[in-house]
Order: sequence, then structure tokens, then C-alpha cells
Amino acid sequence: METMTVLQWLLDGMLVLALVWLAWRALSSPDLFTAIVLFIAFGLMMALAWVRLQAPDIALAEAAIGAGLTGALLLSALARSNDLADRINDDQIVDTEKK
Amino acid sequence: MSVTDRSRLALVFRRVLMLLLLGLAGGLAYAVLSLPDQAVGLSDRVRANMETSGVSNPVTAVLLNFRGYDTLLEMAVLLVALLGVWSLGSAAVYRRSNPEPVLLSLVGVLVPMLLLMAGYLLWVGADAPGGAFQAGSVLAAAGILMLLACKRPPVQLLGWSLRLVLVLGLGAFIAVGVSLLSASGMFLQYPPGLAGALILFIEAAATLSIGVTLAALFLGGRLDPDA
Repeated sequence: METMTVLQWLLDGMLVLALVWLAWRALSSPDLFTAIVLFIAFGLMMALAWVRLQAPDIALAEAAIGAGLTGALLLSALARSNDLADRINDDQIVDTEKK
Repeated sequence: MSVTDRSRLALVFRRVLMLLLLGLAGGLAYAVLSLPDQAVGLSDRVRANMETSGVSNPVTAVLLNFRGYDTLLEMAVLLVALLGVWSLGSAAVYRRSNPEPVLLSLVGVLVPMLLLMAGYLLWVGADAPGGAFQAGSVLAAAGILMLLACKRPPVQLLGWSLRLVLVLGLGAFIAVGVSLLSASGMFLQYPPGLAGALILFIEAAATLSIGVTLAALFLGGRLDPDA
């Protein structure tokens, strides 16, 4: 029983540290792609934390919506904004060539 | 305004922001620390009324029965979010690249499994963790995989049938609520004998709507059948 409690404390402590670290890295990362991948990892860790808090319903929702779908939405938004930036750059190049 | 003035202003702004955030953190810490040790909460009342709810999973009982109105509004929020995205313009038809064979075979394996899993989550929600939102998001994941593999739905389905599926969940919820209102005079007050069947009906419709709505959000624009 004693060793189980110690192991559980270790697991919970590592979860908390990983969550804070991932959140900080996701917020401070200058590269948006890295930030999104870190956010997805944060969502998966958060799902584990919900399991540890004995809330499996929320853990399922977090893994599916928080990590999976939000990650996919963010990645598609990033791809779209990169496309937009490329198009604006191309237009500028064309403009300068005309001049 | 000179450059030094501007950077000084930014510094002052950052300090004020830091103070405000520290105040917020302190307030939150105080609120958490001053919580009563043994909160009574509503779990006892939920447990006492479980027999009338029609399901045996307390979370589903609260979401679909005791606080069904909240879930109804959540469905409306999801629909409004999609309408907001659609009002921005139509989905760009771009990158019709040939998907790699690895992705194609993965989609072939994963999509049927995801569909099965969505059905399981929907069914099991009555007496174990699961339910419409989880099942719907798994369904949406299958849809997004199909879209990534360039497997677009046939054009004939993008018109009214798509819109019908999108409002199906909210429509079923409201239809059940209104018919109960006219039958018993209470909005969304399920009779205990019918509660299980009604919840399953609403959840099935909601799962379809949530799945299609989330997949449509991924496309990021209106789907025009003639585009």
C-alpha cells in the first residue's frame, strides 16, 4: 500500500510538471507549428490528468475534442494562413517586377 | 513619438499587465483556499433521482436529463459557430494533390474502426463514460481523415441533405422538448418510462450533427454544391 501511494504521488507530480512545462513551451514557442504540436501533447497529458481525477467522461472529451479536433483545426488554420502569406508575397513580387 | 518613448510605454504596459495578472492569480488562489473542505454539491440529489433518469451513468443523466437545457444550448452554440465560419466565405478548393498510398490504406483501416467506435461510445454512454459529444468527435475525426485523403462527399449531398444533418441534433432536441411541453406542460421533462429511449434518440441525432459540424468546421468555409 505504501509503495502504491508513493508511486501515485510520483505520477501525479510528474503529470503536473509536464502540464505546466508543456503549457509554457506552447505559449512561448516562436514557431507556430511547434506550438500547435505542444498544445496537442498538452491536451493528451490533460486527458491523463482527468483520468487521475477520476473523471473519465471529461478525459474522453479532452482527448477527442481538446487534443484531436482542436489540434486539427489549428493545423488547418496555420496551413491556410501560410498560404495567404505566400500569396501576398507573390503579389508583392509581381508588383515590384512590374515597376 | 520616439522609439524610446514607445519602448518605455510598452514596459509600463507590461508591468501593469503583470500586476493585474498577479492580482488575478492571488484572487484565484484565495478562492480555491477558502473553499469548504467538504462541499455538499448536487451529487447526492443526482444519486437520489437516478431511477427516474432512464440511464445509469450519472454524467449522461445530468447532461441529457436533469440539465438537458444546457446541452440543448451547447448544440445551438456549435451550430452558430459553424454559421459564423460559413459567413466568412466558401471553402477554398485547394491542394487537390494525390494522397500518399500510406495515408490511403491507413484511412481504409481507421475509418471503419472510428465509425464502430463512435457507435459504441454513443450506445455505452447510457451506463458508462461516453455519450453524444465523444461519439460525435470520433465521427468528426473519421470525416477529417476522409477529407485529408481527398475523399470528398458527393456533390449531391452538399445541398439540403448536409444542412438537414447539421440541424438534426438541435431539431430532434427541440422537437422532443416541444412535444413533451404539449403533452405534460414541462419543457424537456421526460416521463421516467420513456426517458431512456428519448435520451438515446436525442443522442443519436446529436452525434450525427456534432460529427458533421466539426468536420465542416475543419474545412473552414461554406460548402457550395456548385463550386
